Amino acid sequence: MSESTSDLEALLAAADDGVAFDGLRLEHEGDGYALETPDIERTGLDEGALRDALETVPAYVSNWQYWQREIRGDGTARRAFLRRCERAPLADDESADHQPVADDVALSVPERYDALANGIDREWGQLCITVRFVDVENPDGERVYDLWHVDDAGNDLADLEVYDDPRDARALATEDEDGRYRPLKTAPTLRSGWAFTGLSGQELVDAVEFFYPATVANWHRELHGELDVDHWLETAERQTGIYDVIDELPREAVDWMAEACCVDSQCLRRREWQYEEGDDLEVDGGDGAFPCREPCSLVVAAARKWTVLESEEERTYELELTTSELNQLTDLIDAVAEGRTDEVREADVYDGANRYRARYLRAKRFDEDGNLEATERDGE
Amino acid sequence: MQALVIAAHGSHLNPDASDPTYAHADTVRETGAFDEVREAFWKEEPHFREVIRTLESDEVFVVPLFISEGYFTEQVIPRELRLEEWDPEKWDSDGTDASQATLEATDVGKTIHYCGPVGTHDAMTDVIVQRAESVTEDPNVGEGVGLAVVGHGTERNENSAKAVEYHTERIREQDRFDEVEALFMDEEPEVDDVTEFFESEDVVVVPLFIADGYHTQEDIPEDMGLTEDYRLGWNVPADVDGHRIWYAGAVGTEDLMADVILERAADAGADLGDAIERVRAATAAGTGDEPRSEPEPGAGAGD
Ligand code: SF4
Repeated sequence: MSESTSDLEALLAAADDGVAFDGLRLEHEGDGYALETPDIERTGLDEGALRDALETVPAYVSNWQYWQREIRGDGTARRAFLRRCERAPLADDESADHQPVADDVALSVPERYDALANGIDREWGQLCITVRFVDVENPDGERVYDLWHVDDAGNDLADLEVYDDPRDARALATEDEDGRYRPLKTAPTLRSGWAFTGLSGQELVDAVEFFYPATVANWHRELHGELDVDHWLETAERQTGIYDVIDELPREAVDWMAEACCVDSQCLRRREWQYEEGDDLEVDGGDGAFPCREPCSLVVAAARKWTVLESEEERTYELELTTSELNQLTDLIDAVAEGRTDEVREADVYDGANRYRARYLRAKRFDEDGNLEATERDGE
Repeated sequence: MQALVIAAHGSHLNPDASDPTYAHADTVRETGAFDEVREAFWKEEPHFREVIRTLESDEVFVVPLFISEGYFTEQVIPRELRLEEWDPEKWDSDGTDASQATLEATDVGKTIHYCGPVGTHDAMTDVIVQRAESVTEDPNVGEGVGLAVVGHGTERNENSAKAVEYHTERIREQDRFDEVEALFMDEEPEVDDVTEFFESEDVVVVPLFIADGYHTQEDIPEDMGLTEDYRLGWNVPADVDGHRIWYAGAVGTEDLMADVILERAADAGADLGDAIERVRAATAAGTGDEPRSEPEPGAGAGD
């Protein structure tokens, strides 16, 4: 029995209980079977006539087979994510309380089958996912998934390191291009130059979860209106031990912290947490595909440092600087904050963050203890 | 479906801190005993807070990859997993007897079997001995040899010392090594004076730590006098005051740790088939990582 015949048998068996999936409807009524797709509508079919009719809509049959018999996992995040990959309607589970809100237009089965021959690309943070048919000539519905860095989407596979075990994603996600450890998995510093090819649906989701842990689950919750956001204050008050203090971080400092850590240039999660319910932060949460539902461990650890720093009193200092030197301090802070110190060219003395310029300023303005020469002004 | 979550500390600063967690998780994955296996961390991702929702299984076994009962296993992990009914009393332990408690994670409505830490399980005794076998490359090591099990001490909680003493006593009862002593970093008897506590010329030193980091790769080697400066590395064995010190590095990197994780889950009712036997066979002495004597600059334990 060929692959597609067995698909057909399985579908016929399911028809007795009724099938309603992805535009395909099958029902067993008193006087025979009813078959409906967006293009055809037939009723009163006996089994033979139903077989013949189904053979005219092979895409609907193999599509049913792939999703209902192979991927399965009704209502799971894994299934919804895989459906997103090929722009399938996400609301295949019609009993959901909240109808999912798709982030773009869904494609019908014939449209997807056309597109799957060439592959459908979707992005997820810095990941690019391609879903395609295994057999392009005679599509039997069987899909495979390729995964690579968005920056490599135009590159030849031959130029990339190819992997097939999702667990290899852990090592790829550990360090950035310069070999620095990435403690925040969703920082936009994922290195490129690799590809996973021919993954199954489960393997694809596993690999994506190694790159960006828990993003699929939280995206799925959000899709159904069930994202359980824990705002700053709740998260801070929950802490104990050395992090017990962070709920004392001043209100305005939480804005600065979110601007420092959570904007799109630093983290691809879209920050959904606010100071507290009804008190939003001023900073934009970003445009990421997947949400951030509570301050992460990195932000909690940094908040501890800022809480200590913010407990200091402000003082007024007097120090001598030319206007250009004052501007240079701005340039230096900016260069570090934007992580562009490596890009400042050796001899570009026009850039205030140039190393020679910084060394010069230090030679001129630091005292013998290695500190910026400044005197505190007495309180007035 | 049943899932296993290995809950470890992780680090924001040291990329190696999670290596043992990944390695043991992979060993368990390969047995196929669980439908899903996840690593989860306090300082890395997935965080304890979000790991349970990534699972499709209804029944989840959570095994803390920690050495002792204390702050992390009794407060942090249950709180972050949202085990609202949790109370340390449920373990009914005096510091080394925690087995498991069955609870519900309130964000997902799943059954969580929250297990005691790997460090206090009886099977951990075997891992310490196997670590000694690995470092000496002698499957019968014991006769004429002293063994020091090294712990933090009471710095953070007294149970950490209890775990060290517990295994030390169990190994002593095996009568395999000539001498077995518990030593500590921040209390008496101190690891600094290791040679004073042994008559045997050969002494194997096994730190009861989960991952290599600042303590096991910098502090302890320098304190024992294996090297002037950890960055220069040290010999295995190293000559110190007329003794030969076989320094093993963190016990948690030993492959047999995967067995302890499985034992914890089995004690909590996980259906494992013959996975334990298979892991024991696959991680038999000699197949483990060679203990590192090479320096790892900057490999601090992090925070
Ligand atoms: S708290 Fe901020 S930095 Fe951390 S994951 Fe969320 S958005 Fe990213």
